[in-house]
Amino acid sequence: MLEIKDIHASVEGKEILKGLNLKVNAGEVHAIMGPNGAGKSTLASVIAGKEDYEVTQGNILLEGEDIEELAIEERAHKGIFLSFQYPVEIPGVSVTNFMKTAINETRKAKGLEEMPAKDMLKMIREKSELLEIDRKFLSRSLNEGFSGGEKKRNEIFQMAMLEPKLAILDETDSGLDIDALRIVANGVNKLKTKENAVIVITHYQRLLDYIVPDFVHVLHNGKIVKSGTKELALELEEKGYDWIKEEVKG
Amino acid sequence: MELKDKLVSSFLAFENTIDVDSSVHDIRSEAIKRFEMQGFPSKKEEAWKYTSLKNVLKHDYSIFPKEGNAIEFKDVKKYFIHDIDTYKIVFIDGMYSSHLSETTHDKIDVCLMSSALTNDKYKAVIDNYFNKVAKEDGLTSLNTAFSKEGAYIHISKNQLADKPIQILHFSTGSEAAQMLQPRNLIVVDENSHVQIIERHQSLTNNPVLTNSVTEIFADKRAIVDYYKIQNDNENASLIDNTYIEQQGQSIVSVHTFAFGGNITRNNLNFYQKGEGIDSILNGITIIEEKQHVDHYTLVHHTEPNCESHQDYKGIFDEKATGVFNGKIIVNKEAQKTNAFQSNNNILLSDKATINSKPQLEIFADDVKCSHGCTIGQLDDSALFYMRARGIGEKEAKALLMYAFANNVLESVKIPQLKSRINKLIATKLNVDIGFDL
Ligand SMILES: Nc1ncnc2c1ncn2[C@@H]1O[C@H](COP(=O)(O)OP(=O)(O)O)[C@@H](O)[C@H]1O
Ligand SMILES: [Mg+2]
Repeated sequence: MLEIKDIHASVEGKEILKGLNLKVNAGEVHAIMGPNGAGKSTLASVIAGKEDYEVTQGNILLEGEDIEELAIEERAHKGIFLSFQYPVEIPGVSVTNFMKTAINETRKAKGLEEMPAKDMLKMIREKSELLEIDRKFLSRSLNEGFSGGEKKRNEIFQMAMLEPKLAILDETDSGLDIDALRIVANGVNKLKTKENAVIVITHYQRLLDYIVPDFVHVLHNGKIVKSGTKELALELEEKGYDWIKEEVKG
Repeated sequence: MELKDKLVSSFLAFENTIDVDSSVHDIRSEAIKRFEMQGFPSKKEEAWKYTSLKNVLKHDYSIFPKEGNAIEFKDVKKYFIHDIDTYKIVFIDGMYSSHLSETTHDKIDVCLMSSALTNDKYKAVIDNYFNKVAKEDGLTSLNTAFSKEGAYIHISKNQLADKPIQILHFSTGSEAAQMLQPRNLIVVDENSHVQIIERHQSLTNNPVLTNSVTEIFADKRAIVDYYKIQNDNENASLIDNTYIEQQGQSIVSVHTFAFGGNITRNNLNFYQKGEGIDSILNGITIIEEKQHVDHYTLVHHTEPNCESHQDYKGIFDEKATGVFNGKIIVNKEAQKTNAFQSNNNILLSDKATINSKPQLEIFADDVKCSHGCTIGQLDDSALFYMRARGIGEKEAKALLMYAFANNVLESVKIPQLKSRINKLIATKLNVDIGFDL
């Protein structure tokens, strides 16, 4: 599904990713953990194609195709979805209209007709129920005045609407209380199939109790320095990151 | 010959061609004297600091309306709001086109200034209202001196105009350069309601300069909704002078959609003459290239318990320049006035500029007045977010701009007009999605 080969990326002349490798197959869930400032969000943004980041070396392949030249929206059309660590407020655009535009723009890019209004409404209803989102919420301006938890739930609602091949969830658990965490995790699990893949970026083991990863990677100083199975997450929870930093040095 | 001299020296010839009531004759003669003294405004005047007419005035305009130019409806249909039934007052090169118009005298008068100025039946209204609220500056005086044709609308007491009225001015390009000076009078009596849509459209690349004057009188509890669509071609300039006098509890709204032309100057003046009045001034400006739009507004509060609401949104690309000057005067007697003004702008290019200036002169102590001006760019993080959800860059920008201008669009009360403006905006922004926000 996704293959990242020796990627180097910098922003404002400062190198953040320093030769990172990662391979994710269809049907898998990968967790990426690591201390603050390690470059986790940068990795997510680089995969999504954010233009502030300059890829100086390496390749990103999506289903074998190099996506380096693709614009942000073209990557989205190919099935990459990024759930933002900090979702952006967009005053004046309702959640519903934003979703309609996003879905129809994606369909247009694929040469499909616009989705009939009836089908759209039905889909919105189903997916908002899955995420236990109140109907009233959908007519509000996107993310404007939403609580941290509401923003994150709304991100996963959008993921449910767009049905991506590769979803990257950047600290979706932060700002969620335990009930909201369960709802969000349940939503992600329901959307999981053999054909798609999820990368979960998190600080905490907590989320991984609900979204169980096949692999866990530790990102430190712009590289993946350790990979393992879900037991690695438990170990990190227990011992913190210092021992890994030591290991890397030593 | 300079345009000013040409106009002044043509005045007598012009006066001789028309037969009007002596009181109007006197008004015109006074007006040409004022114009002769004041001339055209220059950038030295504070009110014209950011708008220069110099290049516009240098053409050798023909200054009299031209007869005999016909156009087929099918060729200009797109400039009408044609999917609803409306009255239409249409002018071609300054001359009335009965062929394209649809007027009425059935309970309401929707007809021509030229007949109102000459026909006895209208004398009382003309004596009461003609040139009574218009200012005496050079441009207005010039229009007054040459006032002959335009729309005359009189809605008598307790009448709801049964359909909107469209006023359209076309110029065909039969002249190398043409100056037009339409003069409109709109009188809305007590408890009456009317909706009016006005548009100036050049059908040629030849230079056109329109110096328009519109006087609107809204009597007690009258409701007037006025929409101006300004989307002309690159050689057409417009100076729109609109004067509105409102009596107690009347509500008058003017929406100005300024989507281009060469130079557009909107002098929009509200004079409140009673209590419980509401004045609403809304605008969306979207321009690019070297287009220039200047909104110069005045709201004069003279009595207690009145409101005014101004909301102007501007989007400027390439080398476009915008001006917003909003003056609010609150007299000492006008206690409990609520006067709000906001002017928000987005600059899409670093060569585009906007000059925004509120001018508040408040002499009463118990008032609520607020004004705010913002100038910004499109939010990059919002664009990244939207594009990451599959919305193309151009569409994402357009969506942000729609959202930015949306509250002004929302207040358009004629649905077909609203969807037309929506389409115009989509065309301006070069996207084929009509966002229905
Ligand atoms: N747009 C940016 N401009 C400058 N520095 C940045 C930018 N984005 C990230 N960084 C820097 O890159 C490093 C990694 O940040 P980030 O990817 O957000 O880490 P994480 O998500 O792992 O906490 C940090 O030192 C951060 O300050
Ligand atoms: Mg981060």
